[in-house]
Amino acid sequence: MMPNDNRRLILLLFAIAAGAAGIGLMRGMLNDYLLSIFNFVGIYIILAVSLNITNGFTGLFSLGHPAFMAIGGYVTAILTLPLMRKSMFLPDLPAWLAVVELPLLPALVIGGMLAALTAMLIGLPVLRLRGHYLAVATMGFLIIVQVLITNGDRFTRGPLGLNGLPAMTTLWWVYPWVLLTIYTAWKIKFSSFGRSLLAIRENEMAAQALGINLFFSRIGALAIGAFFAGIAGGLWAHLITAITPGSFSLIMAFYIVVMVVVGGSGSITGSIAGAIIVSLLTEVFRPIEEALNVYGMGEVVMALILILILVFRPEGLFGDREPAIFSPRPNFPTGRAPNKIKGE
Amino acid sequence: MLNIDNLHVYRGKTYVLKGVDLHVNAGEIVALIGANGAGKTTVLRAISGLLRPQNGHIQFQTAPHSDPIDLSALPAEKIVSHGICHCPEGRGIFARLTVRENLMLGAYLRRDTPQIQRDRDEITDLFPILKTRFGQTAGNLSGGEQEMLAIGRALMSRPRLLMLDEPSLGLAPVVVQTLFETLRKINRRGVTLLLVEQNAVMALELSDRAYVMETGRIALSGSSNDLAANDAVRRAYLGGRR
Amino acid sequence: MNSGYVLQQIVNGLILGSMYALVAIGFSMIYGIIRLINFAHGDIVMIGAFATLGLMQLKQVPFFVIALAVLGCGAMVGMVIERGAFRPMRGAPQVTGFIASLAVSIMIQNLGILFLTAQPRNFSFPAYMQRLIHWGPVSFRVVDAAIIVTTVLLMLMLLAIVYRTRLGVAMRATAENMDVARLMGININRAIWATFAIGSALAGIAGLMWGGKFGQIDPLLGYVPGLKAFIAAVIGGVGSISGAMLGGFLLGLAEVLFVGLLPPIYAAYRDAFVFSTLIVMLLLLPNGLLGRASEERA
Repeated sequence: MMPNDNRRLILLLFAIAAGAAGIGLMRGMLNDYLLSIFNFVGIYIILAVSLNITNGFTGLFSLGHPAFMAIGGYVTAILTLPLMRKSMFLPDLPAWLAVVELPLLPALVIGGMLAALTAMLIGLPVLRLRGHYLAVATMGFLIIVQVLITNGDRFTRGPLGLNGLPAMTTLWWVYPWVLLTIYTAWKIKFSSFGRSLLAIRENEMAAQALGINLFFSRIGALAIGAFFAGIAGGLWAHLITAITPGSFSLIMAFYIVVMVVVGGSGSITGSIAGAIIVSLLTEVFRPIEEALNVYGMGEVVMALILILILVFRPEGLFGDREPAIFSPRPNFPTGRAPNKIKGE
Repeated sequence: MLNIDNLHVYRGKTYVLKGVDLHVNAGEIVALIGANGAGKTTVLRAISGLLRPQNGHIQFQTAPHSDPIDLSALPAEKIVSHGICHCPEGRGIFARLTVRENLMLGAYLRRDTPQIQRDRDEITDLFPILKTRFGQTAGNLSGGEQEMLAIGRALMSRPRLLMLDEPSLGLAPVVVQTLFETLRKINRRGVTLLLVEQNAVMALELSDRAYVMETGRIALSGSSNDLAANDAVRRAYLGGRR
Repeated sequence: MNSGYVLQQIVNGLILGSMYALVAIGFSMIYGIIRLINFAHGDIVMIGAFATLGLMQLKQVPFFVIALAVLGCGAMVGMVIERGAFRPMRGAPQVTGFIASLAVSIMIQNLGILFLTAQPRNFSFPAYMQRLIHWGPVSFRVVDAAIIVTTVLLMLMLLAIVYRTRLGVAMRATAENMDVARLMGININRAIWATFAIGSALAGIAGLMWGGKFGQIDPLLGYVPGLKAFIAAVIGGVGSISGAMLGGFLLGLAEVLFVGLLPPIYAAYRDAFVFSTLIVMLLLLPNGLLGRASEERA
């Protein structure tokens, strides 16, 4: 096992170094449009992988991810907004907040933590529900957060939102967070915590009988997913340099779900693949929509793809496994292999 | 009348029936006994079309001298129309519908209204308790009453073959006695019975022939009297030597 | 705030509640028979509204015929959705069906945007519908009265179908136990199809009413009645037709009274209030007011 592990570690370090070099190169060579696409892809990867922790690993179908993005996004934005703009946009902020102006990293982390905290508070009542009722409750939560943001003018400037945010999101910011998200998800998946999440997904009663604390595990899964969603929201806000209550809607929740389902619920590699595929597809559709005046076509195609996948290949690209070259040891046993027909 | 040949059935990924052969002649009462999980219920579900066999044939004669048809490719709704009625495990009555509606559902595929009415009256004579509870929701009935409702409903379809899955389950011994007497009466009127039972003693007493199933296969078969006297059967299913 | 004002609010609540009830009934029937949330149900309301708009352009068509056509249109869309999205999902986990119906909903909404543009369209009924009637302290338009009367009629017809016809018994049996229903010879595919057709027809006609009541329609209008229908169904007890009726009226009343009786600053929080109610209902009274306890399958 040792030489194998060492080899993989060296490969990993090499990949990171190559990635860093790649980023430097891209920033030098590519135009802004392409750079922003890479940024969006990175943010979507964070979103898909973090949603997978909640939905894929634990089986908690949550549509509330955009709400956590909004919380993270707004908190980060309020904290990083230069003092002058802050007093202009949000004159009624409480005094202690009005004088704060933080650099991006602490603002992001605080945003993420507040999102995670909200997740824990919401989880207390809502995680008692199951299946599609949980899904609807999380959707309700999303709406409630949107309404609260729209009406909390004092903190959020209401429906107008905040713009002119410092454009601090760059590839150097996004991709380390991408790596951190993947690393966290990976560590969770191949740990005993991850196995207990899987157990909960497969059979709650049996999991309970094994002594797994359903409640803490589920809240933990929700909160961890929410943390990274909050980070993604903060990165998003500072990429677009604007944030409004409508930025993080049910459609976004749908897109992230499509990414996870396409890639395979429970597979980290799958979520990465799904995020890349879906975000690239939307990028392809956008100019077509604008050129031919066929708005809405991208969503129609995305919805169609999802339905086709659910009917013909519900396990997605990777099922809930990671490709063998990546995994440290045999994938944990599940009932769902990606190639059922081939009797794998 | 019914001929099952080398039947292999899977329930999901589990291989349940591993080559079952059995037959039922017209007018007989045939019992299928065996331990839990042996696959008895699966046999009935394969016959009635709720499960599709992987391999094998299920042949059924829809009329006394007609050519048999193969049931294994037909959907359950079609199989019912050929005169097979399956009373599933747990009675399968519709608790939210009334007794009346349950009975009439038995005649769902029939169009001869006056005859249906007459049959219904006959059946409520056979099971007077159903007449008293006619308008009530079926969920309010006791276990024994529900069993009678299930059988009454089955009779409403005028089946040629009536299949019962554990009719005695959860019923007091006295009730089971009456139940089995009723079954004998029904059989004398010309209905062929295929009975799956855990209560091997009573099943062998009632039936003409029987099959003993073990882990997906027929282990023994023969006349019920012979099986009841068989030592191995006695030890395994009938409570040891008398 | 006098009694006349309260009475008016109650009447408004009943009118709104009728529409919610119609949509909720269809939703509940579908849930009752296939145990899946039909996310696209609200979008059938939108289709009904646009179908009405389209038909009204043809001057000669009497209103009664338009209503029938809309019922038919709703039924057809429902049947297509069942065949295309729900039938393949039968037997799949609950959440898969939910995602699929969410996808259908988004697809319908965006097809609407694609072909009808997102611009809201004006919708006005013939003049005689708009006339105000005064009844003591309360006033309402003819169209409002028509809404309530039609709703009551449709509900009676529905109850007749469900409780007095062979099809109705088949639908109820299939809803209770699909396997045993098949053993009775019931063609469950047809029973499910019929349920979708009837439920969607009701949603379609609710779209006609919605357009008439609110005067403006756009392809995204289905979102609101869809969600409200779900909430109403949950309040009344999912799967129960009478529960859906009750839930619809209660929700309509609660919404109007919430806005009408509380100080205006709270009006903007109306949607948050409604959804909080939903979450509370799901937690405390998951079977609603009239529903039956569902079995927890071990």
